Amino acid sequence: MANFINFFYAAILSGTPLLFGTTGEILCEKAGGLNLGVEGMMWIGAFAGFYTAWKTESVFLAFLVAFASAALGALLYAFLTITLKTNQNVTGLTLTTFGIGISTVLGFAMTENAGGNPQISSEFMSKLAPIEIPFLSSIPYIGKMFLNYNPFVYIAIVIAIVIALIFKFSKTGLAIRAIGENPSAADAAGINVTLHKYLCTIIGGGICGIGGAYMSIITLNGTWQSGGGVVGGYGWIAVALVIFASWSSAKAIIGSFIFGAFTCLQYYIGQFSFLPAFIREMPVSIYQMLPFLLTTIVLIISSVNSKKISSEPHSLGLNYFREDR
Amino acid sequence: MADLTKKHEPFVRVAKRTQVSTKKSVLLQISAFVLAIIAGGLFILLLGENPLEAYKHIIEGAFVGSVRNPLSSVQATVVRFIPLLIASLALVPAFKMKFWNIGAEGQIIMGGVFSTYFALFHSDWPHAILLIVMILAGAVGGAFWALIPTIFKIKFNTNETLFTLMLNYIALYIVRYLEAGPWQRTKGYASIGSIDDNARLPEVFGVHIGWIIALVLMVLMFFYISKTKQGYEISVVGESQPTARYAGMSVGKIVLRTMIISGAIAGLAGALQVAGIDHTLSGGIAGGVGFTAIVVAWLGKLNPFYIAGISFLFSILAKGSSTMQTQLGLSASVADVVQGIILFCVIAFEFFINYKLIFKKKEG
Amino acid sequence: MSDTQYAIELRGITKIFGEIIANDKVDLTVNNGEILALLGENGSGKTTLMNILSGIYHPDAGTIKINGKEVVINSPKDSFALKIGMIHQHFKLVEVMTAFENILLGTNNKLNRKKAAEEIKTLCDKFSLKIDLKKRVCNMSVSEKQTVEIVKVLYRGANILILDEPTAVLTPQETQNLFEILRAMKKDGKAVIIITHKLNEVLEISDRVMILRKGKSIDSIETAKANAKILTEAMVGQAIDLEIERPETEKEPHALDVRHLSVKGADGRMALKDVTFDISSGEILGVAGVAGSGQKELCETIAGLHKVEKGAILFKKENIVGKTPSEIIKAGISMSFIPEDRLGMGLVASMDITHNMLLKSYKNSKGIFLDRKEAKKLAEDLVEKLSIKTPNVSTPVRLLSGGNVQKVLIGREIESNPQLLITAYPERGLDINSSYTIYNLINKQKQNGSSVLFIGEDLDVLLELCDRILVLCHGEVMGVVNAREVTKEDLGFMMAGQKISDGGENNG
Repeated sequence: MANFINFFYAAILSGTPLLFGTTGEILCEKAGGLNLGVEGMMWIGAFAGFYTAWKTESVFLAFLVAFASAALGALLYAFLTITLKTNQNVTGLTLTTFGIGISTVLGFAMTENAGGNPQISSEFMSKLAPIEIPFLSSIPYIGKMFLNYNPFVYIAIVIAIVIALIFKFSKTGLAIRAIGENPSAADAAGINVTLHKYLCTIIGGGICGIGGAYMSIITLNGTWQSGGGVVGGYGWIAVALVIFASWSSAKAIIGSFIFGAFTCLQYYIGQFSFLPAFIREMPVSIYQMLPFLLTTIVLIISSVNSKKISSEPHSLGLNYFREDR
Repeated sequence: MADLTKKHEPFVRVAKRTQVSTKKSVLLQISAFVLAIIAGGLFILLLGENPLEAYKHIIEGAFVGSVRNPLSSVQATVVRFIPLLIASLALVPAFKMKFWNIGAEGQIIMGGVFSTYFALFHSDWPHAILLIVMILAGAVGGAFWALIPTIFKIKFNTNETLFTLMLNYIALYIVRYLEAGPWQRTKGYASIGSIDDNARLPEVFGVHIGWIIALVLMVLMFFYISKTKQGYEISVVGESQPTARYAGMSVGKIVLRTMIISGAIAGLAGALQVAGIDHTLSGGIAGGVGFTAIVVAWLGKLNPFYIAGISFLFSILAKGSSTMQTQLGLSASVADVVQGIILFCVIAFEFFINYKLIFKKKEG
Repeated sequence: MSDTQYAIELRGITKIFGEIIANDKVDLTVNNGEILALLGENGSGKTTLMNILSGIYHPDAGTIKINGKEVVINSPKDSFALKIGMIHQHFKLVEVMTAFENILLGTNNKLNRKKAAEEIKTLCDKFSLKIDLKKRVCNMSVSEKQTVEIVKVLYRGANILILDEPTAVLTPQETQNLFEILRAMKKDGKAVIIITHKLNEVLEISDRVMILRKGKSIDSIETAKANAKILTEAMVGQAIDLEIERPETEKEPHALDVRHLSVKGADGRMALKDVTFDISSGEILGVAGVAGSGQKELCETIAGLHKVEKGAILFKKENIVGKTPSEIIKAGISMSFIPEDRLGMGLVASMDITHNMLLKSYKNSKGIFLDRKEAKKLAEDLVEKLSIKTPNVSTPVRLLSGGNVQKVLIGREIESNPQLLITAYPERGLDINSSYTIYNLINKQKQNGSSVLFIGEDLDVLLELCDRILVLCHGEVMGVVNAREVTKEDLGFMMAGQKISDGGENNG
């Protein structure tokens, strides 16, 4: 049982950056922008957040800067695709290459300056320790499973829920959905299509950036892994999770934690004595492959099921120009 | 009632234009490149290095060889050029068909895996036969890896962008598995070791013969796309599937065939990498070439000759940057950043080919 | 400034798209409590002009005055603020949302659903509009969608209403209903502009007619003083014979026999239900029906592009069900299909005329290489024969005007002298002269002994051109009638779902 609780706990922790990435991308895709730059924006957030944490020791600043820097990357994407109407696939992919590149270069320079892998102070890290809620957190099992996490786990969940509520109940949510479905109808109805698209892309990108900072600061425990994969494909899993969650950030909460479980399965599977030996002793590479394999399977299943009313925004990936005839 | 007076008119607005002269479009492209180089320089400046010096190091690193072998740097640049050109060519038919194959990376890896099998277990075959089999096996491996998402695309319209992307990672972990498992050379050490001399490609002018293959492929691809019936079919399918079906084309068959070609060429690049350069199989076999190829193919407007030019430019950047890393202490990823900036600038400038800006007129 | 305060006053409006001048110094005025018909051929710039008023396009020159005040309209939002509402020909509705959500969309009011619903109900009662607020737009008929658009515009408090070709998709009865609503609005003091190219409707509903020709404002006539002939001449710029020929031919019955055909549409619902009819050789069979009654599926099924659930399609006694287009050609049946969406299906927009000719013939040459020679010759021949306006045969077809695009497609399709010709709305988007060219080409095919299936939307054209007319409603055949005898009203009733007992047996 203890093994299982540890596993559950780890799954939530590894699922959290995915949730940030997925929620951010859902916001962007709902307004019709298919931003394949999530991985790049998470990298930007990862570096910017880490660097600020390392230099200023302020948690608030670190995540704010991560948000802002990734939002800046998203702004670039928004400017190119929305104003200059460039191909979304290519622009997004390039944002990924660019984001990874720039963060690697800056991370390399940071490491050179520090003369070794930079390390965030333990004082800073202690501010991100799990929140102990008096009495509640010490409830056996449940306390550890649900009420003993670092603040950003809760923040991720709250953001996801808030965005789901916005889409469900608010006028703005309705407007964004209309833009994603049929921008020309939204435009004709007097909605400012460009403004909403920009805002969704930028805020969505910023949220992805927080996910990146979460990985470089919390997941990697405050040490910059120069040359290593800081984000390591999580951004891409997030893009796929959007489909898994059928464009609902509420469903993304569950989806992210399931995928989180798969990403950390390799560390726990050996302890699950109830499983047959051959499963427990499978090579690590197979377990590392699992999240990607699962994503593929999810993709296939959701495409096979797509006969019903699709929740995919109709104009996803298409640029809008009012004077198009 | 709302007051919408003259002041309200926007400072600038956008209108579509029909066609722009070739001269102007070439000029725009060139200015985009220049702007990108300047922007990249600014970035280097921000890092506290002299951009001119950095660019000088990049150029020198790509062309100026050692005293013992003056050609060594050029050869190393060409070695990077070969897989990049081939992978970019592989994407041409797929992108022409608007099939977003971003899985060249994985297809290269699988090409490497398939060809390595023969290098490891049939190294006693006659040299020429072994090499031919390895290259063919590479093509088969790449085609196989491209075929999986294609079949699902045809059957269920599964999103090929994400599917091919996931297959990149899966291919990578397959190699990791082979390295640490069945193909492991020394216990406790995750590597398959070097392949037999018999399985290595011969060299011409100090570079393995892959460069000849790449150039031949470039010419073939040009003719295939612009002169053959199959190339025509690819263009029609890419423009409009209903039209293709209307014209009696069997869309599924064309997509399948095209993706086999695309994957096979990418796989070929993997085989050449194993037999020509790496002489082993490792997770780094593709090293991001599959991703850079997307940028190259796009910048080259799917024209094989342009693509060759841009591949070469990017190879200079990549090779030069790695030299610069050791000399200036600046990460070689500067190449990625500059490539990104180039693409951003070029696609941004394309806006001016398709649209024009109309500025607010002066009050009169 | 003049003393009269117009609801709308446009002076010297000019709009240029690339090299095409869509509006050339257009002047237009509308009074409150007036219905103005904006008449002009396709491509005369009616829609462009109205899109300028609704904030979709920005004019390159000219002034707009609303109630005497000069304004600049940069977006549909500005247009709403000026109480202008436009009902576009292609509805601007979000399909997956409900009528209610579509109406509320973009309004500034707080999301008070209850209050909004009440206000909408009051509005609907006032103009006797019927609407189901909870219904999703994708489940609505065309006329229901139009009602949603009207309510949407009224809910925003529009005093100036613009309707772009509102009757194109309606049955004659639905059209009458719409006209009642427009009259009620006029009584309410609203200014109404209705864009149309149907003369009888202009004469029936409008107070004044404003005529556009090739982007220029030609004339403004009081409807009471106009008749069809005056209007046409003003519209086309020359005297024109409005008669469509219907040549008599030798007919051989049952060239094409469709028996109990049922097919599913893209949404999984039955698009055609037990459809049975036949066409003789040398005959034009028209198909009438409200848009989306199964016309598209019917054409595509016969052309071998759509899966058949049940039934048979016999061409000269040979069943072609289950055959792909290339198999149909291999079976020796020469069939041509001119689809509704020319640039989406019949032609490749980015390719030039030569390469579009190749679409049908590229397989005929031997070897793996493409043979462009014959296609180029054919392209040049067609350009000359059909007087297609194009710089040369290597211009991408997307740069040609609608009429010339259609000529390229029809030219290619009838080049092979098909035994069966399927055409869907071949005159859509064309000016009158081009339309008559198309009718003549189709008649020539008929005289050559082809069987022609003609999907139409203008009942007058169907009645004049076709030999018999098949009426579809919700994918079912309401009857096949003799075009020489049937009236427009009867067709209207059938389009709305009334079956006639007469099976319309072949009497040719």
